[in-house]
Amino acid sequence: MAFVSSGYDPNEPMKDRISDIGPRKYDEFYPPVIAKNKGKWLYHEILEPGVLVHVAESGDEVYTVRVGGARLMSVSMVEEICQIADKHCDGHVRWTTRNNIEFMVDSKDKVEPLKQDLSSRKFDGGSFKFPIGGTGNSITNIVHTQGWLHCHTPATDASGPVKATMDVLFDDFQTMRMPAKLRVSLACCLNMCGAVHCSDIAILGYHRKPPMIDHEYLDKMCEIPLAIAACPTAAIKPAKHELPSGEKVNTVAIKNSRCMFCGNCYTMCPSLPLADDVGDGIVIMAGGKVSNRITAPKFSKVVVAFLPNNAPRWPETTEVIKKMVETYAKNARKYERLGEWAERIGWERFFDVCELEFTHHLIDDFRDPAYYTWRQTTQFKF
Amino acid sequence: MAKHETPLLDQLESGPWPSFVSDLKQEAERRAKNEAGVEYQIPVDVCEDILGILELSFKHGRTHWKHGGIVGVFGYGGGVIGRYCDQPEEYPGVAHFHTIRVNQPAGKFYKTDYLRSLMKIWDMRGSGVTNMHGSTGDIILLGTTTPQLEEIFYEITHNMDQDLGGSGSNLRTPSDCIGQARCEYACYDTQALCYDLTQEYQDELHRPAFPYKFKFKFDGCPNGCVASIARADMSFIGNWKDDIKIDQEAVQAYIGGEFSPNAGSHAGRDWGPFDIQTEVIDLCPTECMWMEGKDLKINNKECNRCMHCINVMPRALRIGDDRGLSILVGAKAPILDGAQMSSLLVPFVKCEEPYDEIKEVIENIWDWWMEEGKNRERLGELIKRQGFQKLLAATNIKAAPQHVQEPRSNPYIFWNEDEVEGGWNRDVNEFRKYHQR
Repeated sequence: MAFVSSGYDPNEPMKDRISDIGPRKYDEFYPPVIAKNKGKWLYHEILEPGVLVHVAESGDEVYTVRVGGARLMSVSMVEEICQIADKHCDGHVRWTTRNNIEFMVDSKDKVEPLKQDLSSRKFDGGSFKFPIGGTGNSITNIVHTQGWLHCHTPATDASGPVKATMDVLFDDFQTMRMPAKLRVSLACCLNMCGAVHCSDIAILGYHRKPPMIDHEYLDKMCEIPLAIAACPTAAIKPAKHELPSGEKVNTVAIKNSRCMFCGNCYTMCPSLPLADDVGDGIVIMAGGKVSNRITAPKFSKVVVAFLPNNAPRWPETTEVIKKMVETYAKNARKYERLGEWAERIGWERFFDVCELEFTHHLIDDFRDPAYYTWRQTTQFKF
Repeated sequence: MAKHETPLLDQLESGPWPSFVSDLKQEAERRAKNEAGVEYQIPVDVCEDILGILELSFKHGRTHWKHGGIVGVFGYGGGVIGRYCDQPEEYPGVAHFHTIRVNQPAGKFYKTDYLRSLMKIWDMRGSGVTNMHGSTGDIILLGTTTPQLEEIFYEITHNMDQDLGGSGSNLRTPSDCIGQARCEYACYDTQALCYDLTQEYQDELHRPAFPYKFKFKFDGCPNGCVASIARADMSFIGNWKDDIKIDQEAVQAYIGGEFSPNAGSHAGRDWGPFDIQTEVIDLCPTECMWMEGKDLKINNKECNRCMHCINVMPRALRIGDDRGLSILVGAKAPILDGAQMSSLLVPFVKCEEPYDEIKEVIENIWDWWMEEGKNRERLGELIKRQGFQKLLAATNIKAAPQHVQEPRSNPYIFWNEDEVEGGWNRDVNEFRKYHQR
């Protein structure tokens, strides 16, 4: 197709240039009932899974129908969301932090037609386009990263394992039987664009092989001092290498025994790739939270050191998650988050009841904080 | 007939959860038909090639995307992330596949005319694939070619009054919870503060001048729905100082089973009748609640505002009226020195326009971090390296017991010379008059 200009003139890039205007102002997009009652909400109630009502001092009510969605979304899906919003919500819609979509209406009689419309829409392949749920003590949508779909450093995919996991947890997206909230998150590498380190259950991509060194290109592609400085364990040092041609090149040497596979060197230097079909896989972490409710926010702990990247459905990963979820649901007290439950019963008991093997990989040996995770007491359970 | 066979991805079309594979296939088909007569500016079969290269990754167990190149729009150092695939001959549609971050409106509220305008631009000038939204909060436009970057920027700024978000060593796009727009727990207007600071710091957002990335996130209350405490260099968390407001009649309605606890969150299972003693009073972390006859009592001075009682009985208990926010700083993901959560710096500040007190804290922190931070050192790592005391000095904030979980258990105090009477210059000969060598 022929190039169509927007009006931008590459010969005069500053002509009519508009910059630094920021986002559009939030209140342009508020539904009228939100604009009117902002800051004056009295209480809310979950009427059924996925359906909330918020009641304002004025007596006004706003009903919200929450649906799950893949955060990867085509323009046609967004158009379909717009059509639903136009039909039921006077053209208003919002997204949540956890990639759910919320349709809001200002009276109860509008809820049922909206729900029916949303539930009736399916992809040709059979999956729901807009499953209703994700409220209260359900297992809501997974926040995640790009994975193999768009990122250069992942150790696993994101959209694939998320789809596989949510299929397995789907009933719990649409019911609210958990003792408390249970948040699942996925990050496809340690960079954790998804910040999964404080989730009830975290799926984390991890490499297990040190970088390969592309000697022939390294000095041309990378700043060697930056690659060396990038290593948190000082495993990388400058080196010379003789290519088969006899040419001597500047490069790096890596002390493999010091590598903890973070991939930070690869971020700084493309000639140090780590990705490997067998080496890469998934770490499962558990027991984190961000809420200050009852107990302080907690980091997630590593409970499974490695599971393989078994595409397309990562059955080993979903099996461990399902087992943890069911054990937690059965044993935790009302209001108790997964991490609070694990701490109450003791982590040794957690491994016992979740039938997870404890291996040496799960004992912290990374710097000073490690000491504080060892057991300095005779109080333990057999 | 699809351009590439995708037997592995096809297995992700079944199952109830929305299938991104089905969505991409549907989009590929729509582009191929082009019933609307769109003058596509990047390859029409781009979605086929996304599916193709993702299938290849599923087969190989490795990504097929290369490091980003330096691409962007004139005058900005962020907002666009270069991306190229490593199999361009086989998948030419995604050979150049750059990401554009569009700064989402606070609260992620939209009107359909806005979404349609953006999608129309993206349909014509990009892959038609988005993330709604990226982890930081932006609308992510996933995949276009270099010549389209300026065109897209021109269209969104001129036709939509809309700017890009942050990337690289910039202020990243700030994001917030729904806040007072629809939540009775919000202690301040998260959208107003998020928007104000985003506008105030446009230069920092678009032009990399920092040692590394820097994130603001705004949670309206200690429940922390945007997880600011886990993932923002500066976490702004709503808080209050006075008493929780109690409606005793509503308390009785919870006790009597008229209202369901926790706004109905537990409805999926029979947990038995609500028991205010075991479910609220006994779970209070500071043990500052009790019943006196039919009245619920709270010793508010001892309350640490964990939100539990309010979450359980939202119709009976409400946040206080002396509202503001707490500022915590330094959260980050594990790269490099391990994950950190934000640490409390400002226990309480009022949140009122023009937010001068808050901006003073921000700018003091930036001055210190830009002076002392190493290349790619996050604020949290600088605080760890130089000590919390340096952060207090940089922000002119006086140490308080609220800053720590517990006081230090070692006595290795770095006394300042001016704190010790007489200073550190002493006469060793005077000393030797009384102490032989």
